[in-house]
Amino acid sequence: MSPVLLPLGDEAATLRFGEAIDLALNARAHAFCAALESARPAGLREWAPAFSSVTLWYDPDALSFDELNALCLRLASTPNFSRAGVVHELPFCAEEEFAPDLFDVAARNGMTPRDWLDAFSKVNFDVYMLGFLPGFAYLGGLPNFLDAPRLATPRKIVPERSVAIADGMCAAYPFASPGGWRLVGRTPLQMFDAGAKTPTRLAPGDRVRWRPIALDEFLELEAQWRG
Amino acid sequence: MARLIVEHPGLGVSIQDSGRTGYRKLGVPVSGALDQRFRLAANLLAGAPEQAAVLEILLAAPVFRVEQGPLRLGLAGAISGVLFREGDEKKVESWRGLLLHEGDRLALKLLRAPGYIGFSGGLDASVRLGSRSTYARAGLGGALAVRDLLTCASAQGEDIAAPPLCAGEGPLRFIPGPQVDHFSPETFEAFTTARWTARPESDRMGLRLVGPRLACRKSANIVSDGVTPGAIQVPGDGQPIVLRADGQTSGGYAKIGCIISADLDRLAHVLPGEEVRFRAVDATEAARARAERRDGFEKWRQALVPIGFDEKKLWSENLIGGAIFGE
Repeated sequence: MSPVLLPLGDEAATLRFGEAIDLALNARAHAFCAALESARPAGLREWAPAFSSVTLWYDPDALSFDELNALCLRLASTPNFSRAGVVHELPFCAEEEFAPDLFDVAARNGMTPRDWLDAFSKVNFDVYMLGFLPGFAYLGGLPNFLDAPRLATPRKIVPERSVAIADGMCAAYPFASPGGWRLVGRTPLQMFDAGAKTPTRLAPGDRVRWRPIALDEFLELEAQWRG
Repeated sequence: MARLIVEHPGLGVSIQDSGRTGYRKLGVPVSGALDQRFRLAANLLAGAPEQAAVLEILLAAPVFRVEQGPLRLGLAGAISGVLFREGDEKKVESWRGLLLHEGDRLALKLLRAPGYIGFSGGLDASVRLGSRSTYARAGLGGALAVRDLLTCASAQGEDIAAPPLCAGEGPLRFIPGPQVDHFSPETFEAFTTARWTARPESDRMGLRLVGPRLACRKSANIVSDGVTPGAIQVPGDGQPIVLRADGQTSGGYAKIGCIISADLDRLAHVLPGEEVRFRAVDATEAARARAERRDGFEKWRQALVPIGFDEKKLWSENLIGGAIFGE
């Protein structure tokens, strides 16, 4: 399928490769971003990849929508993106106060919380995109037998560094925020550091496995960066 | 360098500049002043570079004391205040530069959001990820606190003033898409004919509206894609949310359209309880609107006049229609 450029106002547009959470479509979006990175076309201000699309911000007085469209179609034919990112093993703690939805998520899948956590910690997740909050990485690959839908009523405040799942996805909230995903633990690691050379811990193409830890280790790891 | 001490921090006050671009791929919102024309005006009135950071006031204005002067503030928006100097007090109106000296105390009042305060040479604040803009959720910048010290460049010479910039009127113009096909022609029609009321939960992230329920043809949820200030999201409850400067970088709700860049500043002026309407336009009309916005601001800039050291003279000559010193 050839990609379609859709207007998002008069200074941005979204190049859509498809409408699914799919590794092949996601690879096309990232390959296109890599092509933009080397081409650096005049009039283009910024771009951000999503699951199966890339949003571009441009100066419409320097680059018309039609010119942007032609440019996108030319660059979008570049095929390859290798998911040869970093493999992370991230600690998380499922203490009761960190995981208010764990019992329910496990029960929905006919499991005990312990069995659910065992299975969860064996899943290899792929980082599809960053969005929503600074450093919020959408991890895909949660199998159906561990899954649960988003909460009908989102929480007003999800505590920072909560590890959450919903609709086949997993994420750690880098900052406290409203949110509708189900909370199954908390990571002691800082997920976004504006002062660091690379502010985000995770990048598209990376892979993630979650390692369950006890509260002692959680507090120790948290103290390391909190000082 | 000149210094001001914050005696009262006000409410909904943040440091904002032209915004934080280049980090959306990491999930970092653009932030920046909600009304960029007003921000620019505050800088020009204060004698600051165009890109400089200002204070944006959304709820209540702060009170300052000058610890080291002289310095100049530029007031843009509906702000009034009282200047206490050497035992005297004088009423101060907005849309002017205001030279302040050591010991001056300035108690400002916000009459209608948003208000902007520019500082001579630009408000000094640390640059995080390429911008001085506050995005509190991620710990970038933060709210003003009592006894905070604000620094800027020293200033001298005559103050300048100009008539107020208009916030703009008429329906907010938008370009349909990217998911306009999720809505039937009847729903689209309902969106563009209804009067929408701003809800009190509106903030720097988004303008939340209430009106007729907009039904989605397909599911309201989409595979998350990029969003930007001005994007009109329609969640499952059918009540639109128009994203503002602190809005997230990606979202999973269908977007019926996105406000054109020339009308983004106007989003800042829709206060809770007030009504807005929307009108669909094409790229040609958006281009014309950008040109009109530029020309309008250029005209305002040309209307800047020195108001001199002698304010009595200003009164008698009625240089600027009494718009500057009220009462």
